[in-house]
Amino acid sequence: MLGPFLETLIGGLLTGVLYSLVALGFVLIFKASGVFNFAQGAMVLFAALTIARLSGEIDGKEVHLANFVVAAAILGVAVAFIGWYAWREYVARGAGPGERRRMLVLAAVGALVGGIAAYSYGKGAWPLWLAIAATAAIMGLLAYAIERLVLRHLVNQEGIILFMATLGIANFLDGLGQTLWGSDIYKINLGLPKDPIFLFEGVFPGGLLVDPGELVAAAIAAGLVVVLAIFFQKTRVGRALRAVADDHAAAQSVGIPLNTIWLIVWTVSGLVALAAGLIWGAKLGVQFSISLIALKALPVLILGGFTSVPGAIVGGLIIGAGEKLSEVFLAPILVKQFDLAGGGIENWFAYMLALVFLLFRPQGLFGERIIERV
Amino acid sequence: MNAIPAPTAAAAPATSTNVIDVANIEVIYNHVILVLKGVSLSVPEGGIVALLGGNGAGKSTTLKAISNLLRTERGEVTKGHIHCRGERVDGLTPNDLVRRGVIQVMEGRHCFGHLTVEENLLTGAFIHGSKRRQIADDLEKVYHYFPRLKERRTSQAGYTSGGEQQMVAIGRALMSRPTTVLLDEPSMGLAPQLVEEIFEIVKNLNEKEKVSILLAEQNTNVALRYAHYGYILENGRVVLDGKADALRENEDVKEFYLGIAGEGRRSFRDVKHYRRRKRWL
Repeated sequence: MLGPFLETLIGGLLTGVLYSLVALGFVLIFKASGVFNFAQGAMVLFAALTIARLSGEIDGKEVHLANFVVAAAILGVAVAFIGWYAWREYVARGAGPGERRRMLVLAAVGALVGGIAAYSYGKGAWPLWLAIAATAAIMGLLAYAIERLVLRHLVNQEGIILFMATLGIANFLDGLGQTLWGSDIYKINLGLPKDPIFLFEGVFPGGLLVDPGELVAAAIAAGLVVVLAIFFQKTRVGRALRAVADDHAAAQSVGIPLNTIWLIVWTVSGLVALAAGLIWGAKLGVQFSISLIALKALPVLILGGFTSVPGAIVGGLIIGAGEKLSEVFLAPILVKQFDLAGGGIENWFAYMLALVFLLFRPQGLFGERIIERV
Repeated sequence: MNAIPAPTAAAAPATSTNVIDVANIEVIYNHVILVLKGVSLSVPEGGIVALLGGNGAGKSTTLKAISNLLRTERGEVTKGHIHCRGERVDGLTPNDLVRRGVIQVMEGRHCFGHLTVEENLLTGAFIHGSKRRQIADDLEKVYHYFPRLKERRTSQAGYTSGGEQQMVAIGRALMSRPTTVLLDEPSMGLAPQLVEEIFEIVKNLNEKEKVSILLAEQNTNVALRYAHYGYILENGRVVLDGKADALRENEDVKEFYLGIAGEGRRSFRDVKHYRRRKRWL
């Protein structure tokens, strides 16, 4: 009995890790800007599509060289922008008006180098690492565009307006992904062994059946969480992010530039979306339904608290494990007792759990308590 | 990035010893509400200047116009200009101003509640990047001026007392190595003894660190004791200005702001409403 239970539990936890990754993206943006970013799911899909198309051997279809050149040019521009920001931030504080020209030159050079690299690489698919790097740069560029074109103009608007804006971004990204990369179902090949492996064969009869792909996913997620935690707690920019989350106005008054901070959080959550997209895509194939996992992240957030990074992780794990366990162990009992047709508990379990939490602990497990001094 | 508007020779103020020059500014909130109707003032290098007046007179708005925090509240300087050491600064971002050494300590403290006291202080050094040595030195200096903060360095700022939060707010501003601090209502909600303590520290900072201070206060009595010069605002205009001692002896200031009536009770009809007396420069 213990063997199957543990197997289900581990399978659930590994799925939960993926929920956590998506929820993490929400938490980052919500913490720093108070925006509930509905576009997180679309970002996951967009990242997954980009990786798949850049790296994939595309079954029988002609690979469009133009696509690669465009992507490479975008990559070059993105690298140039990131370089420019780093330069501005760390080298030349409060630099003058010559900046804009320098930035354009840098972007042009980046685009040129990227384009040439792509052209010389020819018609073949990119290796996975290059595709991932390019997608990371594109996510950064996307963050810049969102900050520059949308958020900057909506500063100090009400939450619902910002929420509507992210809804617009979500739909735009869904469409843009299709326009650029097509709407077929693609595969991402991480090159991992597909065969399940057996663990603890000495301890349990028959051992535990575990999918190695999911183990890798869990490792990636854990690594991300550790890096993010260090970034938030120990670095200057992380401290500034937390300061902005606490009090926008005061953060500005001490000279923390809000625009830069927003750019950073959107980039980071873009990278988290990239990791989520990579893993989901490798597991289930890249298709439109990936963007719907954003909805699965909602109960995770309610469970863990909207403002807590550890909350997103633990919430995801609880929901993933709870879903699987209830499906495997609770459903047969219910079916037998009430003579029902079948399971389906997996579909609503997370939402019911979230509802219970909303009733009894609205700030979630780890949500920040509102500090009130008496 | 916006190009920084170059100061023209004509617009630059004649006196270069002033750290801040505000010339006849008009501020409108939300495109309709006119809050400042032509305020002019200047802060000399190394001076403490008090901005006095009742609720809604426009003290905070003036400070926010200088530090450029106004735009986040949908306010806008529509007329006049602001110079900092001869350079035109309206139109810059708050970040640019902090880099030029002008920083505001906001009304009501605004500490980062979930950060510790020390982390709060460190956020003030954001513009200095990763100059560890300098930041560590500055931190020691702030602890020297506010020994109480050193004891509480690891507690969450949200759980400290009002006086400590005010100290955190001032200390945080000091971490940016300012030349000018815009202090908005440091006495708000504090016990009289604490108010004196805070003002003593401010005076110390002014004398030892050569920080110029523009102070907005409702507590006229304390403010005029520590300031060198004062402006009195009413309804968005400067109605009276002068050396702090002169203002303290002024009959009208005594009556309206210090609560010392000259000769018994007077009818409300006789109360003088100031017309704007001073035109800019």
